[in-house]
Parts: sequence; C-alpha cells; structure tokens
Amino acid sequence: MNAYCKEELLIAVIARLLDGVGHVAVGVSSPIPGSAALLQRALSGGATGVTVLNSRNLQTLNDGAGELFDRAAQGRIGAFFLSGGQIDGQANINLVGVGDYPRHRVRWSGSFGSAMLYFLVPRVILFREEHTRRTMVERVDFISAPGLSPPGVYRPGGPVALVTGLAVFSFQKARGRFHLDSVHPGHSLEEVLDNTGFAFDRDETTPETPAPEADRLDLLRNRIAPEIADPYPKFARAVFGL
Amino acid sequence: MAEGALEKLVQKIDDGICIAIPPSRSGVAMQATRALIRQGRHGLHLIAIPTSGIQADMLIGAGCVEVMESAGVTLDEFGQAPRFVSAVKAGSIRLKDSTCPAIVSGLQAGEKGVPFFPMRGLIGSDLLRHRADYKVIDNPMTQGADPIVLLPAITPDVSLFHAPMADRAGNIWIGKMRELMTMAHAAKTCLVTVERIVDFDLMNDPLRAPATIPALYVTSLAEAPNGAWPLGLEGCYNADAAALETYARAARSTAGFRDYLTQAARQAAE
Repeated sequence: MNAYCKEELLIAVIARLLDGVGHVAVGVSSPIPGSAALLQRALSGGATGVTVLNSRNLQTLNDGAGELFDRAAQGRIGAFFLSGGQIDGQANINLVGVGDYPRHRVRWSGSFGSAMLYFLVPRVILFREEHTRRTMVERVDFISAPGLSPPGVYRPGGPVALVTGLAVFSFQKARGRFHLDSVHPGHSLEEVLDNTGFAFDRDETTPETPAPEADRLDLLRNRIAPEIADPYPKFARAVFGL
Repeated sequence: MAEGALEKLVQKIDDGICIAIPPSRSGVAMQATRALIRQGRHGLHLIAIPTSGIQADMLIGAGCVEVMESAGVTLDEFGQAPRFVSAVKAGSIRLKDSTCPAIVSGLQAGEKGVPFFPMRGLIGSDLLRHRADYKVIDNPMTQGADPIVLLPAITPDVSLFHAPMADRAGNIWIGKMRELMTMAHAAKTCLVTVERIVDFDLMNDPLRAPATIPALYVTSLAEAPNGAWPLGLEGCYNADAAALETYARAARSTAGFRDYLTQAARQAAE
C-alpha cells in the first residue's frame, strides 16, 4: 500500500464527490478543494472545467467581482465549496461570529458569497478540517446561509456533503440531516460522535474512508502539485515538497 | 509632484461621507488611505466592493469609520483583520454585513440609475434579517409565489482606488480590474491614484480602451508610484508579504497599531 498524507486523503475524498461535474469554481483559502477540483479535471480528461479565484493560470473570469455570481445564477457552475466557523446539523453555515450579533464575542471575516452561492450551485461541498464540538454545533449562532429553504423559495442548489478531518457525511435534503458515510483511517466512530455537536444518521456499521488510489496519488504529486502551486505556493511546498 | 497632489485629492473626502473601496487584489489606494488617516477623517461609511482587508482595518483602527458595509474583512493569509474585530467587539462601528453579489448588484443598480436590483439567494440568511433596507417581494413576472430579494442601489459619495496608469486627459487604465469601472460609474465623485501618467491617448488605443475609465467619470487624479503598497497591483508588483505580516502583528494591540501609524506618518514625512 502507498503511504499518503492527510491532505492527500482529503483531496481524494473531495475529488470523488466531483465526479461528472461540468465546471467547478474554487473560492479563496481553499487549497485542498482546489487540488481536488484539479484532480477531477485530470481524471475527466478535461471534461470538468476549473476556475480558481485569485490564481494566475486557473482563471476564467475577466468581468469583475460580479461575474462568478452571474455564472452561478445562470447555472454555469456545477460545484462550489463552502466552509464555516460553525456548521450545524441542518447544514446551516456561520461565517460571521459566535454570540449575539452584532457584538459577537468571536468575530470572523464575513459571509462572502455564501448567501447566494449556497442557493444556486447544485453541488455545494462543505469542507472544514477541524472537526470538534466548537465547529460542528447543534445550532449555529448566525446563519450566513441556510442549509435548507422552505418550499416556494427558488433553490436549485445546496449542500450535498460535509467533509472534515475525521469523516465524510452526505446531506439528505428530504430529512434535513447529515448521514455519516465513512470515517477516515486512523479515526473511529466514537471519536466522530464525541466531537460532533449535532445528531446525524448512520448505518449499523460505518465503512472506513477509502485510501487514495495509487493512480490518483501519482497524478496529485506529479501533475496537480505544480498546478496548485500557482494560487497556493505555501501549500504546494508543505504537502508536495515543491 | 506626488505628495502635494495626493494630499489635495484626499481633501475632497469629507467627514461622514459614504466611500466605496475595492477588494485587496484590485487596486487599493493605500498611499491615499495613509494620507486620509493623517488628515484625521472621521464618521466615514465604508463600503467594500465587496470585501476589504488592510485598508478597512487601518481606517477602522484610526477611528475614521462609523459604518462598515462589506461581505468580508480579512487579512487573508495573514489572518483576521484585528482592528475590525476589536471594533466589532467594542461596538464602536456599525455593521452592515452583506454578501458579495448583493453589494455588486446594488452598485450595478447605482450604475444604471435604477432604484434597486433583484437577486436570488439570501432568503433565510440572518444577513437579510439584519438589513431592513433589503426587501423581499414576490416576483411580479411569474404566477404564484416566488419570493425574491431587492437590493437598494448603492451610489457612493466617493469611489477611491489605485490604477496602473492614466493619460494626460485623465482617462484611467484598469486592466482586468473591472469592478473599478462599476465603482467609477456608480459614484458621485471618483478619486483615483495611478502608478504613472502616460503621453498617449488610452481611449484611442483599441487594446486598452475597453479597460479604460473615460475621464468624464474621474473627478480627481494624482500620481502615486507604488501607491497600493503594501498590497500588490496586478501586472505591476506583488504584495509585500513581509510588510503585511508586520502590519498583522502590530495591529493585534491598540498600542502596536498606534506605533505602526506613528511610524508610517514619520516615513511619509521623510
């Protein structure tokens, strides 16, 4: 078996969730999702397109700050990644702060494009490496963007999965709950239960997250590494030794 | 010329006005921002188009800002914007939190001279709950219920930014930074600093004209070489990571931030 690092596992996990997507957009501060999008592009033989914000060579936008959102509203973006300082069991995300708004006792940067993209992009993948009761909460303190919308609200998009440093969940829209799909190698169900603040569905037995396949690792290290070094040089150095 | 012209440009920004500023990667007028702080402006309503970083953080820390409207304030890889966070916790600035496309759409309404712009999304977000100026109506173009958010037009008193070049007639070349065009169109007054002034006519160059803001939108212009420092300017220079790191560290405390400003003022005087 091939040795691999945590980042490579997470990249492989996210790339599997992008299978068949036409165009993936990657926001800021997203080196792992960005690498996954590039891996999917390579695996698809170029059928999947990729736009990485703030890159030089992975850029397909040239009409200002609004173009990404116009594309999403038209249905031109198949997948996007969002995160949260807090994520809850209904897939609500909080990028604003902890405590009561506006004088939060912990304040983060802000909601960025989430309050639109979460509604309009068909496959939104939530990614937050830190999986603790601080990040995975029963109820977020501030809803930057809701996981679900009532009937009648225009919402072609929304969450499909939550990937953390411990596990992979799928989001079941009809039930409004996460389902635990797999636990990463080296971690246990108990650890996931102990560190998750929300209730979730699971089967009697939960499989282990599959390790990255040898061909994926090879692609990652030889082809994707120099590509992701464009927007994320520090990450490429730390993970792939570039 | 630089300093005198820059000071004069910044004097056109009155206390208490609404001022639009671009994101950290799109032509931030940092030299003008330091001049604004030295002149002791206060009560500003800052609108980030649609996010900001060190520029908003410095203006907030220096006590220039009363209202911060943005979809995000962050020092990116250098962490949280410390003066912004501290002001939020102290309740010393009023927040108008939003989401990127809502700010861009509001500015586009301002550009078009219409009162509002509709936008998908936002329904069910707490952002909407805290923005009394955002309205929800039923889409009048369809049968049955289809709620949609209307965003009021944004018409800033001033748009302030930095661009690679201007010509003698005052036309401004912005390259790929298209949001600067919208900012110029929507604002009542547009103040611009540039790296350099060129002798040819930008509007007469077919390659450059599509990315050129015609002079009629530009109220005032000053040459400010390296004017985005410590941020970068696309096609001209990269961000100065060491200088940004120095700021991020200094701004963690009120005292550190004060020292940073004092030092910046001393450097400007030299």
